[in-house]
Amino acid sequence: MADIMTPALGESVTEATVARWTKKAGDAVRKDEILVELETDKVSLEVAAPADGVLEFIAAEEGATVEPGAVLGRLAEGAAGAKAAPAPAPAAKKEEPAPAPAPAPKAEAPKAAPAAAAPLAPSAQRIVAENNLDGGAIAGSGKDGRVTKGDAIAALEARANAPAAPAAPSAPREIHEREERVRMTRLRQTIARRLKEAQNNAAMLTTFNEVDMSAVMALRNQYKDGFEKSHGVKLGFMSFFVKAVIHGLKHVPDVNAEIDGTDIIYKNHYDIGVAVGTEKGLVVPVLRDADALSLAGIEKGIGALGKKARDGGLAMDDLQGGTFTISNGGVYGSLMSTPILNAPQSGILGMHKIQERPMAVGGQVVIRPMMYLALSYDHRVVDGQGAVTFLVRVKEAIEDPQRLLLDV
Amino acid sequence: MAQYDVIIIGGGPGGYNAAIRAGQLGLKAAVVEKRVTLGGTCLNVGCMPSKALLHASELYEAAAGAEFVTLGIDVKPKLNLVQMMKQKADSVTALTKGIEFLFKKNKVEWIKGAGKIAGAGKVEVTAEDGSVSVLETKNIVIATGSEPSPLPGVDVDQNRIVDSTGALSLPEVPKSLVVIGAGIIGLELGSVWRRLGAEVTVVEFLDRITPGMDAETAKTFQRSLTKQGVQFKLGSKVTGAKAGKSSVSLTVEPVAGGAAETIEAEYVLLAIGRRPFTENLGLESVGVETDKRGFIPTDHFKTTAPGVWAIGDVILGPMLAHKAEEDAVACIELIAGKWGHVDYNLVPSVVYTSPEVAWVGKTEEQLKEAGVAYKVGKFPFSANSRAKINHETEGFAKVLADAKTDEILGVHIVGPQAGEMIGEYCVAMAFKAASEDIARVCHPHPTRSEAGRQAAMGVEGWTMQS
Repeated sequence: MADIMTPALGESVTEATVARWTKKAGDAVRKDEILVELETDKVSLEVAAPADGVLEFIAAEEGATVEPGAVLGRLAEGAAGAKAAPAPAPAAKKEEPAPAPAPAPKAEAPKAAPAAAAPLAPSAQRIVAENNLDGGAIAGSGKDGRVTKGDAIAALEARANAPAAPAAPSAPREIHEREERVRMTRLRQTIARRLKEAQNNAAMLTTFNEVDMSAVMALRNQYKDGFEKSHGVKLGFMSFFVKAVIHGLKHVPDVNAEIDGTDIIYKNHYDIGVAVGTEKGLVVPVLRDADALSLAGIEKGIGALGKKARDGGLAMDDLQGGTFTISNGGVYGSLMSTPILNAPQSGILGMHKIQERPMAVGGQVVIRPMMYLALSYDHRVVDGQGAVTFLVRVKEAIEDPQRLLLDV
Repeated sequence: MAQYDVIIIGGGPGGYNAAIRAGQLGLKAAVVEKRVTLGGTCLNVGCMPSKALLHASELYEAAAGAEFVTLGIDVKPKLNLVQMMKQKADSVTALTKGIEFLFKKNKVEWIKGAGKIAGAGKVEVTAEDGSVSVLETKNIVIATGSEPSPLPGVDVDQNRIVDSTGALSLPEVPKSLVVIGAGIIGLELGSVWRRLGAEVTVVEFLDRITPGMDAETAKTFQRSLTKQGVQFKLGSKVTGAKAGKSSVSLTVEPVAGGAAETIEAEYVLLAIGRRPFTENLGLESVGVETDKRGFIPTDHFKTTAPGVWAIGDVILGPMLAHKAEEDAVACIELIAGKWGHVDYNLVPSVVYTSPEVAWVGKTEEQLKEAGVAYKVGKFPFSANSRAKINHETEGFAKVLADAKTDEILGVHIVGPQAGEMIGEYCVAMAFKAASEDIARVCHPHPTRSEAGRQAAMGVEGWTMQS
């Protein structure tokens, strides 16, 4: 017998939702075969069979919320794991006859533990549904921790009294024909919450500039074959922008800092988050110590992170601790945008579509491949001068990549 | 080495349920009972025989009175009191035998005789033939129940002046019966004999009937009983009773003061309440003292003496069989090292008259006194389809709920089969249900239970059918 446990979920992640069981009770499984997918605030993760055997029973059904160490199910180990033995249903725990009564019985025997996810009373169901409350987050005072109407009313009042709480619609919007209501995934809920938090907390504004991509494009065209031959990876624009950003951050350290209470923490490391769109939503894996990487190292790193993100294989470590973020809306054709900060970071660079535009250069109108750049920043820590300077530094480095070499 | 894990003194609802639970949990258990049958007051001379007579007399009255005529059934019933008493006795015998069977099934020993504590871990049993034996046990559970309270000046002779036991076996239908005490027992037994033809007068010390019952409910209930012909003398105390050969003459005077009067009746039923049966139990041998009224103080059924427990009517709380049963289960589970708990607020009360009265939780008076803000939802049976069809439209269902949380705090029902309806609310309240939880649950139609739901709707002002 081996319990299938919820693995550690990473720092600051205390619970996960069981997203999908790939096996059902009674199925034979092989060691390392994926049994169940969990979703956390930040990532999806998979739990594999610890050994060959038969999945005896499932303790945490899909949709259940589990904590690290919680039992998800149980595996009956067996060498002939491929043979599907009909597994017995989890035997209801029989009342064991007390072998000998205690001579002095305890005055206060422990109360039964509250059920993990007790059903809501009908009245509580209505209140939760009408007010978009999270039924699972309400502390239940009823029998075995069930949520009573009083608990639901208290939760509603607590939300109304919470200063930052968004106003809830008084009733759920009616669903018409040709509409459907879908529950937000945990990832989507987290994205929503964090974006809104960033907007609420930071004094956020955006400054713009534009960059002439001619030099980088020429450099890339000149060396792309040789680069790929040498490094086994294509030379893209992202690596130049990462380099340019680090160049700018070193010059304007405020943009690489974060506010912690009444302190500012300056970071002398450059871990660049690269926003990646996936099927399930936006994730921002972090390229570690990007300042120490070559252009090829950056390209390889980003490529690996992007693949992991799309395959749902990002680990907690891949997502935590970024100091600055780059978001490239240009891949979808965006000409200009104002990105939202990835809290608690103080800056995010928005890259956009490269578009040929007539530019005035030395008194002549010439056609140049241009890209608008946007820097959203937290004005609490970054001054306007610093922000503009940073963006100009990035622009200059892209327009004249030799600056990166010379560090000027 | 003790012979037993637990010895229970008393084989009533507290004692026999304790024994069964002990047997289930693998404890070696025995019950000491001095009666020749198991089941205690409840089965032998209480709940069971009284319900047998209530059921039979209700049908007799339906046939003899206007009800059958209304339904289009013309009969002329003849009362056979001997058979009515026999069917009562047959049912009681079957029930007490049933407990003997349950004892065997759960390997519980029945020790016949009077039990008495003889020091720590010792129970002395005096058998009918006078022989005495001493048993050793790890735990003793006192479940000796209660007996009718006496009233100075009124000597129960079980001939003309009877208590509840005597009133279950009167040899004839009295022409006149005076019931002293307008509590549940007096009103039930008074109802039995009134239905069979007696002229019944109820004398009550207080200025209301059924103390403890919600006042509005009691008022409605009294109105129904008065309509049936029961006469009430409230605020009156009985100062003396002189039993003659064929009648009793009672001296009654107003509690507020004033002239005494004399009431003549063929029979008098003394039913002013019950008192715990805790005398001659050897409590002093283990240092357990009762309070002034004879109750044994306990903390979660534990007395002050280690290994000595008490349940049911001998401890505080309502003197009801089902309360004793709850005590029994919780007490034995605690003895077995498990978790046991009884919520006395959720012990329901039922009056098995016609109409029945049933309630659980708090009355309006209790809520007012505690300063609890509450809302009321009420629904009359006159608007309930099933009651209407059956021509039984007396009474109402009333739901009291917290003004803020909507948690149900009390439910009071007066009407036919109220006792069967109250269980729903015991469950609901154990789960801290709100009135809305009842209002939003489908109930079968047409049933009386719908009246409860409509009353629950009324708490938040959306009663639909009245």
